[in-house]
Amino acid sequence: MNRSFHKSQTLGFYDCSAVEVKSKFGAEFRRFSLDRQKPGRFEDFYKLVVHTHHIANTEVTIGYADVHGDLLPINNDDNFCKAVSSANPLLRVFIQKREEAEHCSFGAGSLSRRRRPLALREDGPRRRTHLHIGLPHDFRPVSSIIDVDIIPETHRRVRLYRHGCQKPLGFYIRDGTSVRVAPQGLEKVPGVFISRMVPGGLAESTGLLAVDDEVLEVNGIEVAGKTLDQVTDMMIANSHNLIVTVKPANQRNNVVRGSRASGSSGRSSDSTASRHSLPAAHVLQNLPPDEMESDEEADVVLEGVLEPRLAPRPPPGSLTRVNGAGLAPSLHSPGREGSVQRLLSSLRSDPRHSLALPPGGVEEHGPAVTL
Amino acid sequence: MMKFRFRRQGADPQREKLKQELFAFHKTVEHGFPNQPSALAFDPELRIMAIGTRSGAVKIYGAPGVEFTGLHRDAATVTQMHFLPGQGRVLTLLDDDSLHLWEIVHHDGCAHLEEAIHFQAPSRPGFDGASGLPSLAHITVVLLVAAGDMAALGTEGGSIFFLDVPTLTLLEGQTLGPDEVLRSVPDDYRCGKALGPVESLQGHLRDPTKILIGYSRGLLVIWNQAARCAERIFLGNQQLESVCWERSGHTVVSSHSDGSYAIWAADTGDSPTAQPTVATTPYGPFPCKAINKVLWRSCASGEHFVIFSGGMPRASYGDRHCVSVLQAETLVTLDFTSRVIDFFTVHSTRPEDEFDEPQALAVLLEEELVVLDLQTPGWPAVPAPYLAPLHSSAITCSAHVANVPAKLWARIVSAGEQQSPQPASGASSWPITGGRNLAQEPSQRGLLLTGHEDGTVRFWDASGVALRPLYKLCTAGLFQTDCEHADSLAQAAEDDWPPFRKVGCFDPYSDDPRLGVQKVALCKYTAQMVVAGTAGQVLVLELSDTPAEQTVGVASLDLLQDREGFTWKGHERLSPRLGPLPWPAGFQPRALVQCLPPAAVTAVTLHAEWGLVAFGTSHGFGLFDYLRRSPVLARCTLHPSDSLAMEGPLSRVKSLKKSLRQSFRRIRKSRASGKKRTVAGSKLQEANAQLAEQAGPQDVEVTPVQRRIEPRSADDSLSGVVRCLYFADTFLRDAAHHGPTMWAGTNSGSVFAYALEVPAAVAGGEKRPERAVEAVLGKEVQLMHRAPVVAIAVLDGRGRPLPEPYEASRDLAQAPDMQGGHAVLIASEEQFKVFTLPKVSAKTKFKLTAHEGCRVRKVALATFASVACEDYTETCLACLTNLGDVHVFSVPGLRPQVHYACIRKEDISGIASCVFTRHGQGFYLISPSEFERFSLSARNITEPLCSLDVRWPRGATHIRHPRAT
Repeated sequence: MNRSFHKSQTLGFYDCSAVEVKSKFGAEFRRFSLDRQKPGRFEDFYKLVVHTHHIANTEVTIGYADVHGDLLPINNDDNFCKAVSSANPLLRVFIQKREEAEHCSFGAGSLSRRRRPLALREDGPRRRTHLHIGLPHDFRPVSSIIDVDIIPETHRRVRLYRHGCQKPLGFYIRDGTSVRVAPQGLEKVPGVFISRMVPGGLAESTGLLAVDDEVLEVNGIEVAGKTLDQVTDMMIANSHNLIVTVKPANQRNNVVRGSRASGSSGRSSDSTASRHSLPAAHVLQNLPPDEMESDEEADVVLEGVLEPRLAPRPPPGSLTRVNGAGLAPSLHSPGREGSVQRLLSSLRSDPRHSLALPPGGVEEHGPAVTL
Repeated sequence: MMKFRFRRQGADPQREKLKQELFAFHKTVEHGFPNQPSALAFDPELRIMAIGTRSGAVKIYGAPGVEFTGLHRDAATVTQMHFLPGQGRVLTLLDDDSLHLWEIVHHDGCAHLEEAIHFQAPSRPGFDGASGLPSLAHITVVLLVAAGDMAALGTEGGSIFFLDVPTLTLLEGQTLGPDEVLRSVPDDYRCGKALGPVESLQGHLRDPTKILIGYSRGLLVIWNQAARCAERIFLGNQQLESVCWERSGHTVVSSHSDGSYAIWAADTGDSPTAQPTVATTPYGPFPCKAINKVLWRSCASGEHFVIFSGGMPRASYGDRHCVSVLQAETLVTLDFTSRVIDFFTVHSTRPEDEFDEPQALAVLLEEELVVLDLQTPGWPAVPAPYLAPLHSSAITCSAHVANVPAKLWARIVSAGEQQSPQPASGASSWPITGGRNLAQEPSQRGLLLTGHEDGTVRFWDASGVALRPLYKLCTAGLFQTDCEHADSLAQAAEDDWPPFRKVGCFDPYSDDPRLGVQKVALCKYTAQMVVAGTAGQVLVLELSDTPAEQTVGVASLDLLQDREGFTWKGHERLSPRLGPLPWPAGFQPRALVQCLPPAAVTAVTLHAEWGLVAFGTSHGFGLFDYLRRSPVLARCTLHPSDSLAMEGPLSRVKSLKKSLRQSFRRIRKSRASGKKRTVAGSKLQEANAQLAEQAGPQDVEVTPVQRRIEPRSADDSLSGVVRCLYFADTFLRDAAHHGPTMWAGTNSGSVFAYALEVPAAVAGGEKRPERAVEAVLGKEVQLMHRAPVVAIAVLDGRGRPLPEPYEASRDLAQAPDMQGGHAVLIASEEQFKVFTLPKVSAKTKFKLTAHEGCRVRKVALATFASVACEDYTETCLACLTNLGDVHVFSVPGLRPQVHYACIRKEDISGIASCVFTRHGQGFYLISPSEFERFSLSARNITEPLCSLDVRWPRGATHIRHPRAT
């Protein structure tokens, strides 16, 4: 340690643009340096790391310890740049074999947790081989505080993601009066407030909404001048991706700008991400991140059984839109067939198609899910 | 982001200009019968009639199409109305003791009704000193004297005030107090008792200085206002209800609270007359109710008419609403179904005529207006060309058919004429003929269909300002109902005294609630229609010009499809009458389908070209081939956990409970308000009340209303209700072949699309070959927001909605573009979406609820024509929300164009009753008996345009006084 300290100091003395890297794989350490201004691309970095450790045939994940001691991933150009630029002074890099990494989550306090013996590891049949836990977008977000930089500090804009979650949204709103500062002094204006949280509901579990918080906007539309019923309808209409701007009744927990502003969302998703195991959620977990972010809700179209004389059905890939990326290829794999069927029957009220269908028609052809 | 989009649109001046040429919002005319009428007046010179209502509305009617409407600023009951004869002015008295003068003024050649001036009686007597001056509080009667220049106001205190009408100012010093009258009355009559309120004031036709005053106690006085002396005094002792002064002035008729009327001779003797020449109790000898109003009309034949309301024997017929017409030995007791408000006769009012010669009697009832022809023997009722009681049985649904072909129109009219033969004199006998209708002949015929609770469908001519009944279709005859024999028994048991005659058509009592009509659809090219009802009955009918006797084919369709675990707990299905039944000319049933379980039909659609009818209930939908009389498809839409759908119309039970509660509340309220009016209340009490009111909203912490925020889930109750059905010839299977399709949308946001295999018709032949129609499920769309699907429409390659069946094949509409890609517009309660076809992928959308917080109640595609350019039209989506606003969106871009506040959001029945026309107009019920017509189009407006030949006295100009405050 002492030596490295000296070395980094001397390096810094010589050339401020060089970043010393200490890379650890298992019990082995390697040291090298990177250019702080031009760190290069993640791909090159990955190759360099694999090369220096002589582990070219193994798939690995790369992480680094940030200033707070949290283990954070390096898996793209952005977080690579961030890691290099934030290295102070030393960049400590940790390399793991990918299958091992699955059982270790990145995030706050993860370094200290890692010190424990590997008793938490579960090997065996329960392990899902294709699930890449560890990258932030593989988590299904449940809630987040957004737009911290543009809304007043006294307000909070909360986004609740309900996609695939079986939990109720779980809150009630009511009419009330709030006090506003007007040119002619304080004035009382009607407002809408959160009146009740359902225990165990999504809203309660996020910890971002509370009873007596005043609702100011719903998905960017001000609620001032709208009736309780209108606000209710707006919230329900947006319930798949609800963004509520509230003025919290408790103003002590406000996000203070300039510090670690993004911390809270990761923590809350941690607590709920592992709970759902239902088929619908299963599928939606694989949503590409941009689709999940969009406020688009996906209608489901089921193709009926068409007569043989009709044109061949377009390939499933061309039909996919929203959840297609995850679904369409899996339609053909026999293992997933069952879960798709379950998904379909959960979406449809009647498993049979109609009188006119030949018996067993559904099973024979298998409906395609598109959109 | 949406805000940007709006702004960008708003900034385009060209589009803004175009929008102004296309869209404009007007509430144009109120059709039907005014709700809660309270006053009636007739101007014999202009031959116009005025009706006042309890909500303060004034409506003036003349010839068909001549209508004026005004509304008092305070929603107080109009208690009396008096025309200034020939001037087109009417003086109204409200129950807050204010007088208002309305006048018909002409702007740009069209006449309008406007309030000119008003007069508020000083309500507190003690205001101008504590003198014993008589108070003007509580005006009981108004009489216009001296050709309307002066009005006499009789009050509860027994005084009579005089008012200068053109300025509505009190003529001081002319007031006639009861003391002055009492001076001429013999002492033994006086005996210390007050005369009571002035009950009646009558003027003399030829001598305007004379006034006949009737006091509540029974005293009648002919007062000479010029000489200020009593000319004649009749010492009646029976409590007075009304007085009529015969035209010659020789006879006075008074009616009394004990059910009697008395005739007094006015031309004999000078001394006070103590006894009438005749006094009779027409429905005696047992105690009778009061005769509220009596009219005496003389005829050249010498057999005068006595017409009076009330006076029925208290015990046996005290609850009847009757007007009796007596001429010589002929007595007819007109038996109405609702309360008599007022009545008048149309007769000669020229002073030079010797006799009244009444032509007609018009009776205003609570729910309708009945006019009898008094010149035709038997006094038949004259069918009214307007003011039809729409609610003769409660309206349960309505539909509008635009551009009705002339041929079908003529056939419907002729069927209606056969149904109710017009009297020989026909249209000429309608006595209220004032004014001229300036509106152009409507360019197209519009038909409004209303379905009613008693199983009837009424056809109305909605082309113009006057909503005219054309034809009435009764479906009850097809079914066996329980109460069939009750009516005839009741009729037989009735004595022939009094000689009752049932008049009017207001009959709110339904034999069987299951008969109620829920949905109506009419094909205007084949004159076929579907009527669907509360007990799951779907009736296919066809117009026939001749009566026929035939058997109706009955089929039933199980919509549950053996789904297990469901038992229907609601009403049973109607049992149809089997065997051949006689049907009059008009729509005759061809086929009857009964849904099982027999829940109310929630959606229906008809495709006459394919011979198919589709219908849906809360359990599923079915498709029926009525040419072959065979079911094609049945599909259950119930969610397995939905138990509420099987309950049947529970709401009925609930509503009974509710209505009981409400009626109790109403009674309590009316008592309370009655007290408030009579007890003036001390200042202290008032101050307390004010304080309490002020403190109210702040101090009283009411438990706030909460709303749960939870998205709809699949197992919400009643999610299986089928909300809309639609037929279209479009591309469902692939982009190369189009064909018949059927679409169904449910309450939970599911859309089912079926490809239909309809055997092609043999060339030249109307009938299809005997091959079965087949339906194959093509697509099933589940809207993720799960909001109820309100409407479905397919747009052609140019983005226009597909024409109706037969429209294109008969060259009545532009053929749809079958080359470009079709699209389907799905309107849910929360958003509109356009999807491409055959591959269903979202193209455009507008999320109304997410942006505005309102929900869609009614939608329709309408064509808007430009005012500036003759043939520029745009097809837009008109939408009514639960807040009562009307929004217009472009199609298929779904961009918001305009929106207007149309209906109060509290008026739930108004919003539920709204129906749009194809040309940008709409109707909604403003009361059970009135449709308000509105137009969204700047070009297509149906509003009253009329003129009235008004004679201003003394060359006066319009009365315009600077109003106080």
